[in-house]
Amino acid sequence: MSGILTLDLALAACISSLLASLLPALFTSGNILRTLLCLLLSVTGLLAIAAGITGLMEGGGALTLPLGLPWLPIHLRLDALGAFFLLLIGSLLLPVAIYSQGYLRGVTRLAPLAVFLPLFVFGMLGVVLADDAFSFMLLWEVMSLASYFLVTFEHQHAENRKAGFFYLLMAHMAGLLILGSFAVLYAASGSFEFATMRQAAISPFWAAIAFLLAGLGFGTKAGVVPLHGWLPDAHPVAPSNVSALMSGIMLKVAIFGFIRVVWDLMGPGDFQWWWGTLVLAAGSSSAVTGVLLALQQNDVKRLLAYSSIENIGIILIGLGLGMLLARYGHPTLAALGLIAALYHSINHALFKGLLFMGAGAVLHSFGSRDMESMGGLIHRMPWTAVFFLVACLSISGLPPFNGFVSEWLIFQSALMAPQLGGALLTAMVPFSAAMLALAGALAAACFVKVFGVVFLGHARSNAAAHAHEVDNWMKLGMAIPVVLCLALGLLPVLFIPLMDAVPQTLLDISLTGAVHAHGWLWLTPVDVSHASYSAPAALAGMLALGCVAFIFLHPRGESIRRSVLWSCGNPHTHARMQYSASSFSQPLRRILVGIYQPEEHIHNEKNRHKLLTRKVHFTSLVRDIAVQKLYQPIAEFVLSLAKRLDRQHQTGIHTYLAYTFYTILFLLALLSFKQAVAHYHLPSLMQAASAI
Amino acid sequence: MSSAFVQMLQAVLLLLLAPLATGFVATCKARLQNRRGADVMQPWRNLRKLFGKEVVMAAHASWIFRTAPYVVFTATVMAASVVPALLVDTPLSLTADVIALVALLALARFFLALAGMDIGTAFGGMGASREMTFAALAEPAMLMSIFVLSLGAHSTNLTTMINHTLNSPFALHPSLAFAMVAMLMIAVAENGRIPIDNPGTHLELTMIHEAMILEYSGRHLALMEWAAMVKLMLFATLIADLFMPWGMTTDASLVGVAVAFALWIAKLAGLLLALAVIETSLAKLRLFEVPEYLSGAFVIAFLGLLSYYMLEVGA
Repeated sequence: MSGILTLDLALAACISSLLASLLPALFTSGNILRTLLCLLLSVTGLLAIAAGITGLMEGGGALTLPLGLPWLPIHLRLDALGAFFLLLIGSLLLPVAIYSQGYLRGVTRLAPLAVFLPLFVFGMLGVVLADDAFSFMLLWEVMSLASYFLVTFEHQHAENRKAGFFYLLMAHMAGLLILGSFAVLYAASGSFEFATMRQAAISPFWAAIAFLLAGLGFGTKAGVVPLHGWLPDAHPVAPSNVSALMSGIMLKVAIFGFIRVVWDLMGPGDFQWWWGTLVLAAGSSSAVTGVLLALQQNDVKRLLAYSSIENIGIILIGLGLGMLLARYGHPTLAALGLIAALYHSINHALFKGLLFMGAGAVLHSFGSRDMESMGGLIHRMPWTAVFFLVACLSISGLPPFNGFVSEWLIFQSALMAPQLGGALLTAMVPFSAAMLALAGALAAACFVKVFGVVFLGHARSNAAAHAHEVDNWMKLGMAIPVVLCLALGLLPVLFIPLMDAVPQTLLDISLTGAVHAHGWLWLTPVDVSHASYSAPAALAGMLALGCVAFIFLHPRGESIRRSVLWSCGNPHTHARMQYSASSFSQPLRRILVGIYQPEEHIHNEKNRHKLLTRKVHFTSLVRDIAVQKLYQPIAEFVLSLAKRLDRQHQTGIHTYLAYTFYTILFLLALLSFKQAVAHYHLPSLMQAASAI
Repeated sequence: MSSAFVQMLQAVLLLLLAPLATGFVATCKARLQNRRGADVMQPWRNLRKLFGKEVVMAAHASWIFRTAPYVVFTATVMAASVVPALLVDTPLSLTADVIALVALLALARFFLALAGMDIGTAFGGMGASREMTFAALAEPAMLMSIFVLSLGAHSTNLTTMINHTLNSPFALHPSLAFAMVAMLMIAVAENGRIPIDNPGTHLELTMIHEAMILEYSGRHLALMEWAAMVKLMLFATLIADLFMPWGMTTDASLVGVAVAFALWIAKLAGLLLALAVIETSLAKLRLFEVPEYLSGAFVIAFLGLLSYYMLEVGA
């Protein structure tokens, strides 16, 4: 298969998503529109997967479209990095499109979603394919703007409009920073084309500026702490299928952009020692902060949004390790860090997409995002519970699922890091690995809380007691990522060689030999004596042992006797006596009181006498310190500035006339000065003066 | 003897000796407290009794509650069989390195906590919440102290790590001392022993592990308890492997295995006796002092890491 065909597949995916966004102009009937929308999006997903896999296996191609500015046509190119992210987009888009067929049933006002959802997908596909700064920024903005309209889909709620505005503001700040980094690269290379940028030499100072601008810009879009303020507001209010795409794919597109600019356009030769350190520090702090805040949320989707911040942090730990190792001349280990980061990207896309779809299923049948009123849903929604459990196990980094593989690879690249620079820099690497361990263990606590409170125990409200299972489309949509999570967890040896094309193009290093050295069963990142892991063997061992234990112990023909619960001799329990979401996280709130600074209030309602309590209210609120301490002052400053300007606006008409007059005078003066300079030709004038 | 046979032998030994190890600690504690106590076989008798009893389950318990004992048991036994006890180079040690071993234990803990939440009693949720919180603090400390050894051996593979210690000349490494202290502290915490949790009591408002398995009965309870015993054995063997592997055999000869077995039992007895002494001489910590204990362990492990970089790498 030639490279052109691969690119054609990718273009077909873009066209099919564009077609989907035109659907509302042709069809007004809700059912036909929904079916066609989901069908076209599924086709887009399939085409993206096909383009991604062929692109990774056989290389891509390049194409110049005669569109865009007259002196700058749109350049498209599919390389290994782009192909990998196409695969990532497709592998979540397909299940989400199938899921949407069920999820969007009963949505009355479908047209805005039908326009902007495919446009959003189109923007993401385009960013991955773009091969010049102009089309990259154009498609980046398509992605950002379309997702703004998706966040504000339910704009009748003031909260959603506010979240949408915050998102728009931060997305544009990010866009501006990214534009700035492209401007620096343009100044160094003299061209907007990536091919020229790649070859141009750049001075260390300007490279550092470009790195910082790109890091801040893409970091804002990816939700790196402390630039994450918009994320926990925007992700929960979007419809759940959109949240799945935003959290699963859009954040990864920001990671893609970072790799594209820093690893590809500038390249490992330009890395300075503090770049990797900074990325590593940002990753560690995002991972720990994200999961700590996730643990304190009682809104399912908000919790998942904070957990996305954690996972972006884990990806950045992998990337930061890769950058440090590449800087200090260990390209093989750097490739391992890069592969680990990419592996975690696709893993997170799958399990976070699945979690948001599961949360959407619960929301769909239950009507609220508040965990405190859920409970016992495993009995009402058995399929959703199984799918959600797999996602919880995966995201907690537990074998034999996929989250463990990528975290294990990051641990390996951290532990095999030899001496780098000074002792402190070297000690930082295992320290970040310890932060990764902390984040992983806290994530397990977090997802025990989610699964335990939402699906286990007794129903905490009437609505939870009457929830119903979702339809087959939604079940099918959730089943696909479940299978992929297990496949990526069991057979990393088959997937890593596929991804190997990425370090081959970025670092000229192939890991396939080391990974394949011991057959498909054993994952050995560098050498078998260093470390090895075999999920199939571990799973087979556990299954065999479990079956033996079960067959040996289980008496035949007897069903288990069911009775009232024991509860230490006090079986008369009430659903309200269960541990709730906020009580589950109470120990941590108390241990880390300095970090959380929770606002807790107890209010006793008395019944005539001070000893006779009738009702006790307890509220506990944990705020996001970054938002409070960093964003609030900036917002207040801007607001006060705007107020001061506002005062200037409220004067009479004569002031405005005066403004106009002075402006015209100023412009005339400028014009005449320029003419004078042009007429007398200043340098020759000065020559004449010096001659005299 | 083939190495696969020794692998099977040591896995079965770990499984069968685990109740004896727990019984040994209980007997030592009783003697230290001037009681006669039950003999070391008592945990075995308890297990046999529980296996014979009928299972009674709460009416609304879901399949999570029923499968959790099997998952907890198999994950723990799988983790235990990865740890070399007699032979250094066992076939199964390729399956999972130390990080995977910690993750297998985390898998067991995940299901244990879910089982605690499934019934919907206040006790179950309480135990789950505390177990997950404290485990989250213990896990980085444990990995950190393992990393100290991994950095020296350039490997997370247990076989390679043990070989590295066996083949390097005996010297007192400050980093290893720090790592060992941290590891011992974590082992006490992970196994729910005094001063973190008291395995001997039910119905205490500070209980952690027991609170999650309160509703279990019959063979389910037996599996849960057995898994806890195997975990104690696993940690003792792991500490012996990492810090004092001397005597482990590198070839699967009969004499070598017999010597390794004798030394293994002696090391285990020493460690378990130390545990009994600690449990007798210390009082249980207040619940919210546990994080300080665990972060102390983390700091000690980190000091070990720093001293590895400062003192040992250059030398």
